[in-house]
Amino acid sequence: MATTQIAPAARQRLLPPETGRAGFGDALRSEFTKIKSTRSTYWTLLALVVVCVGIGALASAGAASQANGISKDTFDATQQSLAGLYVGQLIIAVLGALTITSEYATGMIRTTLSVQPRRGVVFAAKAVVFAVISLVTGLIASFASFFVGQALMSGHHLSVTLGDPNVLRAVIGGGLFLAACGMLAYGLGAILRHTAGAITAAIGLLFVLSVLINFLPQSWQDNVDKWVPALAGSQVWATKVSPGAHQFPAWGGFAVLAGYAAVAMIVGLVCFRTRDA
Amino acid sequence: MIEARGLTKRFGDKLAVDQLTFTVEPGRITGFLGPNGAGKTTTMRMILGLDRPTHGSVTVHGKEFAKLAYPMHEMGALLDAKAVHGGRSAYNHLLCLAQSNGLPRARVGEVLELVGLTEVAKKRSKGFSLGMGQRLGIAAALLGDPAILMFDEPVNGLDPEGILWIRNLMKALAGEGRTIFVSSHLMSEMENTADHLLVIGRGRLIADCSVAEFIERNSVQSVRVRTSKPEILAGLIVAAGGTTVPGAGGALVAQGLPVDQIGDLAFENGIRLHELAPTQASLEEAFMELTADSVEFHAHAPGQRDAGAASTDRMHPTGVA
Repeated sequence: MATTQIAPAARQRLLPPETGRAGFGDALRSEFTKIKSTRSTYWTLLALVVVCVGIGALASAGAASQANGISKDTFDATQQSLAGLYVGQLIIAVLGALTITSEYATGMIRTTLSVQPRRGVVFAAKAVVFAVISLVTGLIASFASFFVGQALMSGHHLSVTLGDPNVLRAVIGGGLFLAACGMLAYGLGAILRHTAGAITAAIGLLFVLSVLINFLPQSWQDNVDKWVPALAGSQVWATKVSPGAHQFPAWGGFAVLAGYAAVAMIVGLVCFRTRDA
Repeated sequence: MIEARGLTKRFGDKLAVDQLTFTVEPGRITGFLGPNGAGKTTTMRMILGLDRPTHGSVTVHGKEFAKLAYPMHEMGALLDAKAVHGGRSAYNHLLCLAQSNGLPRARVGEVLELVGLTEVAKKRSKGFSLGMGQRLGIAAALLGDPAILMFDEPVNGLDPEGILWIRNLMKALAGEGRTIFVSSHLMSEMENTADHLLVIGRGRLIADCSVAEFIERNSVQSVRVRTSKPEILAGLIVAAGGTTVPGAGGALVAQGLPVDQIGDLAFENGIRLHELAPTQASLEEAFMELTADSVEFHAHAPGQRDAGAASTDRMHPTGVA
């Protein structure tokens, strides 16, 4: 079966393009092919939507069942329907970490960098592809959770519509929040290069830290709460400020989370560019 | 053309590659030979920019690899056939690589055909045998129609048919005017395929010459003699400038003197000879001899566990043979 003819390509000489160089556009196409050609991507994204909608539906149904005891002035129906995002942030973090750590786990990174040795290009293309996919899926999860949740609460005069104050911002914010959590994990993945380590770090930073903060004395909490990544970031998908909360406003809080993600990405890029692969 | 100048890589306090300077000339097969752990893979990783040299530099077609416009068109490399995401199909694996260098999608089908993987193109590479994985790696290296091909131990672990396929492929690629840079720890593998040899041991360049030159320079001519008075003859050979070691069956193996001179010595001194035969050390033995001091880990022969350090550098390392 040994065919050892290489000639066709050599004759035609049609590859690669005569001018230019392998660049960002090529890397984007390559990374898009990569992310859509593994099953884990689909499973994770499906899980994200299902979990967000499912938990949001449970929370909304719960609120609806005790609607009489709820004051519509303080109740945030949008936030209630988006309750699944608390778990969704962990799922998108897993995918964010895997986007880069799976290359190290499988050894694929060595092949990737020996066809495109300009590492900044690879890192950026991977980040952009993942950012777009996580934002689109995050928006789908957020809007679906919102509509399902509001439908469950609509019979009890608790529900809101996209036209109500801050609601559209909050639902879009839900998608942005998920994407930012994913990017944070992507950066951690580039720094740690191990799937388990990166996922643990991301969950620690996003979830465990938010829980641990409750054990601090109240006076400390008031100063520290707003700097906790997930707590700060979740302000963008709330429509009402809970009384006594010492948090940044919606976009300010999101900026804090995005800042953490940016720091992780920058450190990740430096590691990715300078370390031996 | 690949040019290394003073290429050095240090991992902690271990010097993996030490001041390598060499040129891989275009249009021929250059064998990169050395025992396991000699620094072959590290050198190749530095050529690709996967490892950053501690000192020195290496260029591909006059440029740092990362500065080439279309790296896949200049050089295709297969360092490790397992460096793929097993969950991805062979086709998608090659497609994502092709896209990174702006290569047409049709090229993926061509290289799959070339290595004989067309039928399993849609299968996930996780289930591939060693030989199929190797073919996939070679397909990836060929995608960009590169002028240089670099293979790290391409026949390792393959069955005889696979080995033959790779040998023929390398010869065919070289026949098309491509530059082949291929590493091996087996001299016998290079003997039949390479035009030129770079031999390294413990990160240092030991030899940089043609295969013919290497054979001439390193295969030591020795003479096997059997006589009733080996001690006397040995003394005469040493006095004449040769060396002797005891051989099998009570014979004497002499080096450094031509066979005629040994015969004459025996005749002039009235020593009766039972056997006088010139022997040529095989290339494998020459390679072992040359790299014996540079083998990283010596294996002990069975029963010699306690022989200790004193004898280790004379022992041929079975572990790397």
